[in-house]
Amino acid sequence: MNLTLKVWRQKNTQTAGKFVTYKAEGISPDMSFLEMLDVVNESLTRKNDEPIYFDHDCREGICGSCSLYINGHPHGPKKAITTCQLHMRTFSDGETITIEPWRSAAFPVMKDLATDRSAFDRIQQAGGFISINTGGVPDANLIPIPKVIADEAFNSATCIGCGACVAACKNASAMLFTSAKITQLGLLPQGQPERYSRVQAMVAQMDEEGFGNCTNTGACEAECPKEITLNNIAFMNNDYFSAKLFREEQAHDHTGGE
Amino acid sequence: MSLDAKIPQGPLAEKWSKHKFNLKLVNPSNKRKYDVIVVGTGLAGASAAASLAALGYNVKAFCFQDSPRRAHSIAAQGGINGAKNYQNDGDSVYRLFYDTIKGGDYRAREGNVYRLAEVSVNIIDQCVAQGVPFAREYGGLLDNRSFGGSQVSRTFYARGQTGQQLLLGAYSALNRQIHLGKVKMYTRTEMLDVVTIDGHAKGIVTRNLKTGAIETHAAHAVLLATGGYGNVFYLSTNAIGSNVTAAWRAHKRGAYFANPCYTQIHPTCIPVTGDHQSKLTLMSESLRNDGRVWAPKTVEVAEKLRSKEITASQVKEEDRDYFLERKYPSFGNLVPRDVASRNAKEMTDDGKGVGATGLAVYLDFAESIQRLGEDTVRAKYGNLFDMYLQITDENPYKQPMRIYPAVHYTMGGLWVDYNLSTNVPGLYALGECNFSDHGANRLGASALMQGLSDGYFVIPYTLGDYLATIGPKPVDINHPAFEKTKQEVIAYNNKLLALKGNKTVVEYHRELGHIIWEYCGMARSEEGLTKAKAMIKALKADFWVNAIVTGENDEVNAALERAGRVADFIELGELMITDALARRESCGGHFRVESQTEEGEALRDDENFAFVSAWEFKGENQEEELHKEELVFENVKLTQRSYK
Amino acid sequence: MSEFKQTFNSSLGKKLIMALTGLFLCTFLIVHVGGNLLLFKNDQGFAFNSYANFLTHFPPIEVIAYLLYLAIIVHAVYALVLTISNRRARPIGYAVVNKSPASWSSKNMGLLGSILLLFIVIHMGDFWFTYKYNNILGFKEYRTNLGTNETVVSDYKPETPDFERSISTENNVEIVRVKDLHARISSSFSHLWYVAFYVIAMGAVSFHLLHGFQSAFQTLGWVHRKYKPIIYFVGTWLFAVIIPLLFAAMPVVYFIQSLSK
Repeated sequence: MNLTLKVWRQKNTQTAGKFVTYKAEGISPDMSFLEMLDVVNESLTRKNDEPIYFDHDCREGICGSCSLYINGHPHGPKKAITTCQLHMRTFSDGETITIEPWRSAAFPVMKDLATDRSAFDRIQQAGGFISINTGGVPDANLIPIPKVIADEAFNSATCIGCGACVAACKNASAMLFTSAKITQLGLLPQGQPERYSRVQAMVAQMDEEGFGNCTNTGACEAECPKEITLNNIAFMNNDYFSAKLFREEQAHDHTGGE
Repeated sequence: MSLDAKIPQGPLAEKWSKHKFNLKLVNPSNKRKYDVIVVGTGLAGASAAASLAALGYNVKAFCFQDSPRRAHSIAAQGGINGAKNYQNDGDSVYRLFYDTIKGGDYRAREGNVYRLAEVSVNIIDQCVAQGVPFAREYGGLLDNRSFGGSQVSRTFYARGQTGQQLLLGAYSALNRQIHLGKVKMYTRTEMLDVVTIDGHAKGIVTRNLKTGAIETHAAHAVLLATGGYGNVFYLSTNAIGSNVTAAWRAHKRGAYFANPCYTQIHPTCIPVTGDHQSKLTLMSESLRNDGRVWAPKTVEVAEKLRSKEITASQVKEEDRDYFLERKYPSFGNLVPRDVASRNAKEMTDDGKGVGATGLAVYLDFAESIQRLGEDTVRAKYGNLFDMYLQITDENPYKQPMRIYPAVHYTMGGLWVDYNLSTNVPGLYALGECNFSDHGANRLGASALMQGLSDGYFVIPYTLGDYLATIGPKPVDINHPAFEKTKQEVIAYNNKLLALKGNKTVVEYHRELGHIIWEYCGMARSEEGLTKAKAMIKALKADFWVNAIVTGENDEVNAALERAGRVADFIELGELMITDALARRESCGGHFRVESQTEEGEALRDDENFAFVSAWEFKGENQEEELHKEELVFENVKLTQRSYK
Repeated sequence: MSEFKQTFNSSLGKKLIMALTGLFLCTFLIVHVGGNLLLFKNDQGFAFNSYANFLTHFPPIEVIAYLLYLAIIVHAVYALVLTISNRRARPIGYAVVNKSPASWSSKNMGLLGSILLLFIVIHMGDFWFTYKYNNILGFKEYRTNLGTNETVVSDYKPETPDFERSISTENNVEIVRVKDLHARISSSFSHLWYVAFYVIAMGAVSFHLLHGFQSAFQTLGWVHRKYKPIIYFVGTWLFAVIIPLLFAAMPVVYFIQSLSK
């Protein structure tokens, strides 16, 4: 296959970027999209040109490193996969492919097609955990968890933190990502003690990072490589309003009766 | 230097308890006076960083990825062993210990392995408490499955992504400590050297992958949890970024590298299709629970299959050779990885391989689909089948999968004692980065176990002993050793950046991979290894003249990163060959043609080779020196493994 | 109070306000369409004018009316605030338009809402403001024979300029004198461009609510496998089909009637 690539090139966060056109020639349909870029990069390297930078690591769809907004779709046109799992047989010979980085104020472009997604880490750091230390925990089977709850929590837990939801959302909102973690822990019995403080802390951090707001278009759900559903956002909203409007956050003052 | 593994004396089951009691403790109020560096944030690194921070130490954690959650532990599919005996099928700590020692072909330490089995139960408790969503039964309790090489169901799993779920658990614990200010996290930062002062590790030199800045970090101890070196084969199931650099640079600063030639070849991977391929994809071993492995009985049928004259389903039952079931009737398709891999290779070597390249055998689900129904099979393995379809464009519900062995894990690594300390005081190695617990072959579902065991339940105890010994006096970052090491790193990088030849770094990497796979893979011979060693030396010389490294240091520069890693892989590759040459026995997945039984099975040589090879770096382009740590077996009887 | 301020300044808090005001406006639409159906009663505006009179002179309804105006303003202002922050969240757009599957209406709520706001301003200016504050409307007198239930209509000239309405009974004849909004409607709806504008606006209502109604439940977090289909059904059929169709039918019917006059 021979293809024309329009690739966003940007030296670093501070400088402006632009599209550069490359030819990708002799591409095998069995190659993954990233392997196709490897081929282009090899030829650039041989010319002592700077190869195209993109984030990638596991190349089996689980680490969440790879991104790429391909022809108007995060992770390309196929459903429920990441860019590294996208194969060139999806494209036709002679096609022009436009490759852009994730676009979001909260994900500044670091170089070429790679963005800084540390905002996601900070959201998790704000409260995406159960506050236990190592050791001193009860036997694993002491807490029975209904299978439906365990399965639902697992569905939320499959999020790989790639940011496709933000990239797909017309508002660059991170609510699908944030809600997935909140839902996973909010459903499980282990997560109950901090359920309402967690949702507040994580939403506050999400807002601070400069993501947009959810308008329930469902684009995130449609593009999520792990098919995380909008139900997570509903769960988060419910917990958040419950926390903000109906829950006591502190014990009442109590001075006597030592 | 003599190698003291510091295995405690006494009965096996009491070693760890006694040892914990004998370790020195750091006073709680003193803990905050100690700084600890953790490099790598996979299962071992993240769990260690979180646990040490929870104890009160100040931790600096480093990863080259953009987020600690992306460390390659995330990609583990199958599961994690825990000797819980929840299934009432006869499991116990001792049985897990025994299976692991036997599975490792009696090349691991009894003491370490027993400890691993012992804390395996705590790991499961810890992970569940963190909210890791393991698979459950309808009654709400945890589900287990059996896994390659074991006859009990002790593997806990989270569909096909146990690694991600466990890592997210450890990552959440790490996040909590970052939130509390006890861990300072450095992402997109690669460790390039260890700083030693008076023989003790006191810090590291790193490169900020966003700016190129070379920086120094001081601490009372340095923990390497930087994973394995499977990418020395170029094609492996490892992530593209997985590398040996941190471990290798530590090795060059004096840490011994143990058993480098012990690598695990996983039997069920999707076969290679062409030169463009950048990595191999593993299909979880759990598939062997329901899939039947076969190859055509005759070369003629195989040829027809290769030329696509006939399809797999057209091969008659009597023309199929279910070779694992035939040769190993009691374990059948569930033999350990090394056995399954070696047999697949034998089949293809005999010309019975299938697929366009002839480098594959079948894993057939037709019988299971008939017995259980397609829906049940889909519920169990749906995501794996989808993945296979995605990659190969072939529907595994309709025709058998093609599988072939691929490098998956490296049992070798930095030599550590029972405390996980390398021979350089203050320098520790955890998880796949060390060599300690798997011997010559790793059982399925025990890599995750080892990573978490080291991080959650071993290092928090053993590190304190060292820290209490050296005292809380702050490490002086202005000590000349830091600047000196930093300058050496800068000089090395400049040397790489000056390479403007005509061959890309990736091409060198691919060539290296071919050599190692061909001569230091599943079957090895004196002759081949000798040849390979010369080839690698030539490759190294050529690399330092003809490689192309584009760009500058002071920017994001993937070419420079890759060049540094490949340069280290080349050096490691040579050491692997050296190690394989020295080990004139067949063990684990490594078949030494000079050492086989009359039936052509692997023949171990316990009399001469029941030791750990620990290699000492003696200088650039010098032969490394071998130190032997004899393995003492007091509890298990060494037998030739049999899965018949 | 500052806690509430913080709540409603958060992304989710703003969304909550959008959802609550939106749903409140939805319930209003039901009442509004119900009342306006009186326009289809062929009684020369008797029922409709009486209804309009009732709405403007029954105090509890007046309170609700002001809440309604507030809801419209808040809904619009918050929509603007959210839109601005959403734009800021992606300062550099994509070269290739996003092709992610999402309904057209969900992606164009701002446009649809703007059309509606414009419509509401014109609509209220024309009828509500005219009715309440502009003394240009005439009065009608409806004389109903309570025995035969026959109604006779005639124009009525108030004796005092501040006359509002009166209801009295003489000799078994009920006399109702009210402002004649109906005539205003008839005349407005005889202009084609005006009718067209109304129909377009009702199209906007349809698409706005097609997404908006179920979206409000999603925002509130009231999503349950069992009830979701009901919400979608009501949102689609009642709010996006029946109500806009009924509203749109009013100007269309009056326009057609005006042609035959």
